[in-house]
Amino acid sequence: MTNSQSRAIATAQTSGFSLYDPRVRGLAYQVLVICLIVGGAWYLISNALANLARQSIATGFDFLSRAASFDIAQHLISYSSASSYLRAYEVGLLNTLLVAAVGIVLATVLGTAVGILRLSGNWLVSRLAAIYVEVTRNLPLLLQLFFWYDVITVTLPGPREALSPLPGVFLSNRGFMLPVPADGPALLAVAVAFLVAVALSVGVDIWARRRQYATGQQFPVAWAATVLIAGIPILAWLAIGAPTAMDMPSLVGFGFQGGITMSPEFVTILLGLVFYTAAFIAEVVRAGILAVSWGQSEAALALGLRRGQILRLIVVPQAFRVIVPQLTSEFLNLTKNSSLAVAVGYPDLVSIANTTINQTGQAIEGISIIMAVYLTISLLVSAFMNWFNKRVALKER
Amino acid sequence: MKTILTIAGTVIGMSLMASAAHAGPTLDTIKKNDYVRCGVNTGLGGFSIPNSGGQWVGLDVDMCRAFAAAALGDANKVKFVPLSSEQRFTALQSGEIDVLSRNTTWTITREGELGALFGPVTYYDGQGFMVNKKLGVKSAKELNGATICVQPGTTTELNLSDYFHGNNMQFTPVVIDSLAQVNAAFFSGRCDVYTDDASALTAVRAAAPNSADYEILPERISKEPLAPAVRQGDDEWFDIVRWSIFATLQAEEWGITSQNVDTFKDTKNPDIQRFLGVTAGIGKPLHLDDKWAVNIVKQVGNYSEIYERNLGAKTPLKLDRGLNALWNKGGLMYAPPAR
Repeated sequence: MTNSQSRAIATAQTSGFSLYDPRVRGLAYQVLVICLIVGGAWYLISNALANLARQSIATGFDFLSRAASFDIAQHLISYSSASSYLRAYEVGLLNTLLVAAVGIVLATVLGTAVGILRLSGNWLVSRLAAIYVEVTRNLPLLLQLFFWYDVITVTLPGPREALSPLPGVFLSNRGFMLPVPADGPALLAVAVAFLVAVALSVGVDIWARRRQYATGQQFPVAWAATVLIAGIPILAWLAIGAPTAMDMPSLVGFGFQGGITMSPEFVTILLGLVFYTAAFIAEVVRAGILAVSWGQSEAALALGLRRGQILRLIVVPQAFRVIVPQLTSEFLNLTKNSSLAVAVGYPDLVSIANTTINQTGQAIEGISIIMAVYLTISLLVSAFMNWFNKRVALKER
Repeated sequence: MKTILTIAGTVIGMSLMASAAHAGPTLDTIKKNDYVRCGVNTGLGGFSIPNSGGQWVGLDVDMCRAFAAAALGDANKVKFVPLSSEQRFTALQSGEIDVLSRNTTWTITREGELGALFGPVTYYDGQGFMVNKKLGVKSAKELNGATICVQPGTTTELNLSDYFHGNNMQFTPVVIDSLAQVNAAFFSGRCDVYTDDASALTAVRAAAPNSADYEILPERISKEPLAPAVRQGDDEWFDIVRWSIFATLQAEEWGITSQNVDTFKDTKNPDIQRFLGVTAGIGKPLHLDDKWAVNIVKQVGNYSEIYERNLGAKTPLKLDRGLNALWNKGGLMYAPPAR
């Protein structure tokens, strides 16, 4: 400790309050910084308001309750041009969440598979996986979106000449049309039965673990779960009289009606996001697996475990811990990249907000809403993944 | 993405811009830059599109040149800023451009809430529908259930919705920001119908590889007066924009063209003498010199020359003057007296 420091501490101890006290100084600097930030923000906001008023540009969020007067092709909740701008934002938000949620699931599945394949002993398989990763990872996502959009709208035929690989399934440049069960209640019953089966499978898993801890006896959990998850919904379907009526898409007038339609815009943004993000996830997974030292696999082999068991019981659980934080940022990237949907005409939040900004002229409000929504989504995803990470992280006691 | 950047730029610009404003800051900026920054379409034949030599051409582009000829005495002192339909008003609001001359419809909301102020109409248009002839559709009333390509943030998008709901018809919109992308989507068959101002449809069709396969339906579902716009709060610059357009109309009315303007120097008509700056007086109200109108006519031409060069019978668009003829020839084009 230097002479001046000890003197400062001595002074602080004697007077109780002094500028030489590092704690007081620290506090003073923090107050100063906060004042600067608040003052700067106040200056920017008041200046913006003055400029907007001078140029006769409307301000405030009143516009949210006015009728939007434009139509949106894909809406998960009821929407018409008479609905309010707020409703339009909600439609956009749900479209963003839909593509992000489906995208995250598919990208994780594809990415994990490719990551494992890249480590395969088969030369061809690992090379193909490497080529896929290097190509998709190194091309701008926007370019890939244009590519997929052209693939769908240019190469697929029009609705009247639509390809029909399976009865009731149509592929055309108007999108992918799929049949759905016409009987709503039956669909609901099967869905409930599926959820019950999943819950039962989890129960069986917990019971089997307890039994193995207590007695050492194993139970074929995977087989049991497969039978439950496949069987119970089928039983439920049979129990309500096995309805087979399907709502089939059919060509009426300009396009298809009935069934469900995945628009080319939705398919484009989904394919783009999934293929792009899966390449990154594949690398994360590969890194995670390589992070588990080979010695552990050798030890497991020496104990007589089979390859599948080594992967499932030794490698994956440990690799998982390494992977989760990186996966979080990939999921966030995918969610944020979904804003590129605007380029291919998918009505996501940004697309709707842009249109709103243009119709109302209220850019500052519109951008604030976009930023607030993306920040909230990202923080929620991040909070969930942090919680999940804590759960799977190595417990050090 | 560029849209977001532009909008973000506006937000930052609005926050940082000094709030004190003095009279005529736009003309001061233009004189300091020595060019007019003019917001134009990214590529719409007849209105604003780069030609094979990289020069911007079109009716909207020529209007920009007229403003430069008036303000700076040189029609070439224009910096063209290509903007998508979604970027245009934010670009105007933020001061990125001095004037927006981009086939933009004059509406009450845009003047009342977007902070724009529209000059005289440079082209009277109406919204139409373009379809592939293979569909066999003869009227817009037969379009129930159609998939329709449209650009976002336009009056077109709103009129479309009103027209279909008003006629109790359904449609699926395909809304794409980039004009090139929306054109590609329509010609690839993604949409049954393309809706826009009729002039724009004509231009898009003229540029298509198989233009004979497409037809524009007879209905015009809206009034689309296309006019240049400036920011509110700068009357001096607004007057220059307004009177530059009137000058092109006035010149046509008197039969003054870029070719024969010099022969009018000896005219006995005091109105024309004043207009051409032979006698003083036309410059002072606009804080410009007396030659501004001559500069426009000489360097850009009168309205008829501008029209025929870009949209008329000798161009691929072949658009009749129609409503855009002078008032004394059955149209709506009318210039107040320049005195």
